[in-house]
Amino acid sequence: MIAIVDYGAGNLNSVKKAFDYLGAEVVVTTQPEVIATADRIVLPGVGHFSALSGLDNTGLRDAVLQGASAGKPFLGICLGMQWLFEGSDEAPEFAGAGFFAGRCRPFPASVKSPHVGWNSLAVRPGSRLLRNVAADSFVYFTHSFQAPVVAATTAATDYGAQFSAAVEQENIFGVQFHPEKSWNVGLLILRNFCEADLRRRFVRPICEAR
Amino acid sequence: MLTKRIIACLDVDNGRVVKGVQFVNLRDAGDPAKCAAAHARDGADEIVLLDITATSGKRRTTLDVVSRTARCLFVPFTVGGGIRELCDAEAVFEAGADKIAVNSAAVKDPALIGQIAARFGSQAVVVAIDARRRNGGFEVFVAGGRIPTGRDALLWAQEAATCGAGEILLTSMDRDGTRVGFDCELTQRVADAVSIPVIASGGAGSARDFIEVFNSGHADAALAASIFHFGIENIAQLKRELHAANVPVRWPC
Repeated sequence: MIAIVDYGAGNLNSVKKAFDYLGAEVVVTTQPEVIATADRIVLPGVGHFSALSGLDNTGLRDAVLQGASAGKPFLGICLGMQWLFEGSDEAPEFAGAGFFAGRCRPFPASVKSPHVGWNSLAVRPGSRLLRNVAADSFVYFTHSFQAPVVAATTAATDYGAQFSAAVEQENIFGVQFHPEKSWNVGLLILRNFCEADLRRRFVRPICEAR
Repeated sequence: MLTKRIIACLDVDNGRVVKGVQFVNLRDAGDPAKCAAAHARDGADEIVLLDITATSGKRRTTLDVVSRTARCLFVPFTVGGGIRELCDAEAVFEAGADKIAVNSAAVKDPALIGQIAARFGSQAVVVAIDARRRNGGFEVFVAGGRIPTGRDALLWAQEAATCGAGEILLTSMDRDGTRVGFDCELTQRVADAVSIPVIASGGAGSARDFIEVFNSGHADAALAASIFHFGIENIAQLKRELHAANVPVRWPC
């Protein structure tokens, strides 16, 4: 079963609908116990980085981190991907999970913000989440802050500068774009997540300090 | 590279897609769910469903139509019409919309924009502006284009952005349904005045019109309804022509 974590920020119907369409068993939940019994965890999110404080206020943060640390395939979408980094300049007082080094920052002044629309992915070879996704596929973005390109980046997108469109290491996956709104490319990515290997476990390098 | 979006609009009245000329003379154009799916298959980057009689008729947006349309639609889906308060927006999101469009209610109470944005994020709030040329400027109209407000479209767009709007859907009432081209002057003035994306609407008739509104109108996206519904120009053909004219579009998709 896939648990979509509902921490009170935004609309999770579209994500659930896409998994329903793929025939996956999926629940939207506010309950840490449900997350504990799930095989896979999806952390969606839209809006302001501070919305993620909903995770802390509800006891969901620990449940999510425990699941991810236990090796359950974890997918962060949009804000959920930004949360995998150390933090964001959008809400400096709020800590991310720190799976990946670096902070999320605004776009350069040379481009309009937010970045809204379909942009292309420069896909790096070897990604499991992006398996069979063509090199210059288009996906749908809507965000005002961007995560840096890091060693775990599996696809970069150019908007003013390169940023991480997808990250992946062992069981931890993140996408800045909205696969549930990215037509067939997005559905393929969600299906790849449904099929991701259950046994691989990410050893978190930095968040133990928190 | 960020592409220019082609948005198919479904004007819905009593659960059916309709299309008029300059906001009147409605013609039937089919079932919303089927139209939306067909446009998405053809390469529409986004679907907008506007319940065009909702505000004037004091009716709520037809939620079951929204829900049926959203079920198998995996591109962004915006719903507008009859959203007067936060709870109306909540119901539309619950039914499956990704974004809502507000028009008359936001003019009446701009704080509504911020309320919806605080709950669902700015990216989910589209402020629709219906504007008509008047005295050398552009005046905002509400209630489906029936009531002039005396407000300037540029100033209202800027205020809406400040209030938390994520996008502006800008319709030229003078061009609506005429197929003589977008109002590029209106579009360019608004697009240059705000930092959020501007969707041009009203007047699409040919691929050339889209090229013009992207190049000289500075639009981030362009919306059309009638030319797509009746098969005059399908989106795939339009995108091929835009691609050939070096307009960045999601093609092939």
